[in-house]
Amino acid sequence: MVDALLGKKVGMTGVYTEAGELVPVTVIRLGPCVVIQVKTPKKDGYSALQLGFEDRKPKNVSKPLRGHYAKANAAPKRFLREVSWDGEDDLQPGAALTAEIFADQKRVDVTGVTKGRGFQGVVKRHGFAGGPKTHGQGNHHRTGGSIGQSAAPSRVFKGVKMPGRMGGARQTIRNLDVVRVDKERDAILVRGQVPGPNSGYVVVRRATAKASGS
Amino acid sequence: MAKLITDIENEQMKQEIPQFNVGDTVQVHVNISERERQRVHVFTGIVISRKGSGLRETFTVRRIVAGEGVERTFPIHSPAITAIKVTRSGSVRRAKLYYLRERVGKATHVKAKQSGKTKSAK
Repeated sequence: MVDALLGKKVGMTGVYTEAGELVPVTVIRLGPCVVIQVKTPKKDGYSALQLGFEDRKPKNVSKPLRGHYAKANAAPKRFLREVSWDGEDDLQPGAALTAEIFADQKRVDVTGVTKGRGFQGVVKRHGFAGGPKTHGQGNHHRTGGSIGQSAAPSRVFKGVKMPGRMGGARQTIRNLDVVRVDKERDAILVRGQVPGPNSGYVVVRRATAKASGS
Repeated sequence: MAKLITDIENEQMKQEIPQFNVGDTVQVHVNISERERQRVHVFTGIVISRKGSGLRETFTVRRIVAGEGVERTFPIHSPAITAIKVTRSGSVRRAKLYYLRERVGKATHVKAKQSGKTKSAK
């Protein structure tokens, strides 16, 4: 069983349930992914698949990489990732995988790179409350306050939350409900938000965690 | 890529939506499921606003129940809305009839549209 597929976030919309409830969904174009390399216990010590998604012009790909794609008889790809695989199915390099493999999947995990927010303060970055708005405040409205004690330890501890670069980091959203798998359009609709901008690349994985609650 | 979203939205949109405007008196048939039972609830009142576009378009209906104003907002394309029937066309000069909220009794009356008059104007 292939555990994950590569895709592209298309954007968000809504889907009505029969009861008339509008469910917010993210549309992800999923595959077709091409198997570029098959890793086997014999050769690599473990089983895995290297998948490629979306074609790229060969002239924009380095020669060594071009050779790597040529081995699988595939066009060069934009998005190349290794995904876990139990080694059960008979898959050869060059084989194509589509959204179909998620047809019976109830929940998925989606990994992407979040939108870059630049240099942000502690209120936005760490959810600090900031200072009071009134009662004689000078300029303490969005400050972080104290960052530690005085003579002891007379230094700032590592990992203290401070302003800095926010976003642009890999993030996984777990246990998103699969609303629909559209085989004709190679798309999957998941409930809720997914990290990254529209047309950002994402990895959609079968949910591993046990569903909490329902 | 954006076409994919438009397609998904268009698929869900109702093909035929009765023509109605703000100021009209309408009967909205809503499917309500109580446990296993399904029944149709009819909400009658004046349309005081239409908002949004496409799949997410909604309209608000206002009526007076036991002396108290009641407003409900319905998504036009929701599958729970089985029918919208226009019982009376009103003639209004606003896109949103929020002023009706401050009025009581006879002042809440919306003038009926003169039939034929609007056609000749065009």
